Amino acid sequence: MSLNKILSAVTACLVTFFISGPAALANGVFKAEPDQLGFMQPATEVMRDIVSFHNWLLVMCIAVSLFVMLLMAYIFIRFNAKANPTPSKTTHNTFLEVAWTTVPIIILLIIAIPSFKLLYLEDVIPEADLTVKAIGNQWYWTYEYPDNDDFSFDAAMLTDVEAAEAGLPRLLATDNHIVVPANKTVRLIVTASDVIHSWAMPAFGIKIDAVPGKLNETWFNVEREGIYYGQCSELCGKDHGFMPIMVEVVSQEKYDAWVEKARAEYAGIKKDNLIRVATALPAQQ
Amino acid sequence: MSDHAHSIPTGWRRWLLSTNHKDIGTMYLIFAIFAGIIGGAFSGLIRGELMEPGIAYLTMFTNGDVDAAKHFFNVLVTGHGLIMVFFMVMPALIGGFGNWFVPIMIGAPDMAFPRMNNVSFWLLPAAILLLVLSTMVEGSTYPGAGTGWTVYPPLSTSGHPGPAVDLAIFSLHLAGASSIMGAINFICTIFNMRAPGMTLHKMPLFVWSILVTVFLLLLSLPVLAGAITMLLTDRNFGTHFFDAAGGGDPILYQHLFWFFGHPEVYVLILPGFGLVSHIISTFSGKPIFGYLGMAYAMVAIGVVGFIVWAHHMYTVGMDVDTKAYFTAATMVIAVPTGIKIFSWLATMWGGSIRFETPMLFALGMIFLFTIGGVTGVVLANSGVDTAMHDTYYVVAHFHYTMSMGALFSIFAGWYYWIGKMSGKPYPQFVSKLHFWLTFIGVNVIFFPQHFLGLAGMPRRIPDYPDAYSLWNYVSTVGYMIAGVGTLVFLYGVFLTLRSKERVGDNQWGASATTLEWTLSSPPPFHQFNTLPKIK
Repeated sequence: MSLNKILSAVTACLVTFFISGPAALANGVFKAEPDQLGFMQPATEVMRDIVSFHNWLLVMCIAVSLFVMLLMAYIFIRFNAKANPTPSKTTHNTFLEVAWTTVPIIILLIIAIPSFKLLYLEDVIPEADLTVKAIGNQWYWTYEYPDNDDFSFDAAMLTDVEAAEAGLPRLLATDNHIVVPANKTVRLIVTASDVIHSWAMPAFGIKIDAVPGKLNETWFNVEREGIYYGQCSELCGKDHGFMPIMVEVVSQEKYDAWVEKARAEYAGIKKDNLIRVATALPAQQ
Repeated sequence: MSDHAHSIPTGWRRWLLSTNHKDIGTMYLIFAIFAGIIGGAFSGLIRGELMEPGIAYLTMFTNGDVDAAKHFFNVLVTGHGLIMVFFMVMPALIGGFGNWFVPIMIGAPDMAFPRMNNVSFWLLPAAILLLVLSTMVEGSTYPGAGTGWTVYPPLSTSGHPGPAVDLAIFSLHLAGASSIMGAINFICTIFNMRAPGMTLHKMPLFVWSILVTVFLLLLSLPVLAGAITMLLTDRNFGTHFFDAAGGGDPILYQHLFWFFGHPEVYVLILPGFGLVSHIISTFSGKPIFGYLGMAYAMVAIGVVGFIVWAHHMYTVGMDVDTKAYFTAATMVIAVPTGIKIFSWLATMWGGSIRFETPMLFALGMIFLFTIGGVTGVVLANSGVDTAMHDTYYVVAHFHYTMSMGALFSIFAGWYYWIGKMSGKPYPQFVSKLHFWLTFIGVNVIFFPQHFLGLAGMPRRIPDYPDAYSLWNYVSTVGYMIAGVGTLVFLYGVFLTLRSKERVGDNQWGASATTLEWTLSSPPPFHQFNTLPKIK
């Protein structure tokens, strides 16, 4: 039947329309592209799996929506008052009722298997090569490198003027940023000093809340060098939209060089964040 | 009627001291329309600010102070959410249509506790007044509570030292007390005051939907009341329920809030499910398909709705097995929801469909709720939600279910019953224009927000990276279309009330079978002095 053909053609169009992300970026800058429809370019195995699982879910979404839409269209044409002046009296059909209960269950079971696989890939943290700690503050991030003498620095958003001068994207670039090596497993520990924030990096497939008094943990292993951008993802007050996250992923050699430089540069402003967290918390009267 | 002991009260006494379920229902509907206009105006300011990158419009309200404008944006987001949930959708569906038609549909003369019904209603104006007041007193440096409708601590405790959050909490206390009293009233009415012969399994689906809804309210609202009271004592009396520094846990609040919050979103949509069932059946000229399946699907949605709350909290750092459980439990809800959608389609199958305005809104609701449902299945998967959580994808999802599911069923109910309630017909062309403007408008607002969410745009931000500008612009254009639709609706209300025409007892013909269609339009001040017998 031609309906099937049309249906599959429409599905194919829609799927291509939504799934095709922006072309791979040559300049190694990973952020949302103008008018983008789908996910950002994935930079980790986790995000690649999220994207492919989501693409699969999207096909299911479109199929179900189209099925309901076409069924409704058929009903409107076939059973409107003009076309069908005398309504039937049917109110039961055991086979149909069993079918529309069991078919969704089967679909959900099919979804559940890759879903759990993905979840456990994200949440079971492998042996890490290095640890970075991120602390959310109103309204900037503090980073610590506990593996390298615990040096620490703050990363605040560049103003529009500063970003324009530096040639960096507005609302995404920060004055300092963390640097991590490519193809190494980084364990990220996240907490906050005042209110709840959330450390999100779309290209890595990471979003983890920074909760005061609690240490949360996640991981990433970035496959491509470049600069990655994310934004705070939990409402944290007036500048919630203005405490972005910027990560530079470089080769191991460059990373080692950066650590040497950073250790010296940030040694002077090393603060004890534990004390700061402890003093910040009881501030509430 | 003449042998009745008292006469109909007149003037302000009729309304302020009302114990009549229809008058109270009318007041609820008027209240909901006013609250909807305020909540809609809030979203207009939100979408206005987001039309283009940069902070340009809200500074007009803050004498050019950009920081104040950023906080004002959060206040608007908070106010929009609270008003739409507690002061628009709930009063319209439960207080308005529930009060008006539950007693009539079960053949009862009034609600079980008419005076408590009066208290339930009159707490609401006080509650919304407190919420409006909260926007005018200090929150965090600037006026108003910018916490989001979820009021998460520590942002709502140490993050908002001023009294704005206290006033918002009091507002929720009052609205919650109002709803709990309403819930008790409905439960007693439905269990004890059904006409002879109306067994539970003969009860109209709208009454079933209200019954399930009020049970959800009765069981979940006390948890919210407890949580926000603990918030209040954390703020003012030095307790540390949600303060890690004192041995408390900020995540505990989120568990308590969403234990209420998830049943609450079903509270918003279930009455709409009931209503749409009546409308689909009436305008298809057929009885509802699979009545018992429809009723128990709502019961199942209600029950499962209580054990899925933590899917709102996938990123807080829960154990992976816990996340797996909540993923599985959440997906289960798709099954009873699917039963409802397909049963509606089966009701229409073989029918003789009349595309009157209430039917258009009901059909719009079914289709749009399907879209909101499939994105809900996507979000249920904890693994994928990592990428979606707190982005515009979530905003798009819950507006497809709420702003389209709940709102479309409210409008469907309005056009279905306005003839019954007022005795006057709604204008044909204006009401259809209202439908098409709203249908196109809401889709243009919310469909592009899926793209924004996938591309990573966070929720609740007043300014955004330039890459997100196109779809934000389109979304705001959609708001304008829907806004014109709302004006058309209000014009239609005006035309209806001014109309000199009258509608008969049964406006919709033989397929409208529930008891309200046996009464005059509008029904007498007291109906069923002799109880109807149900065969």
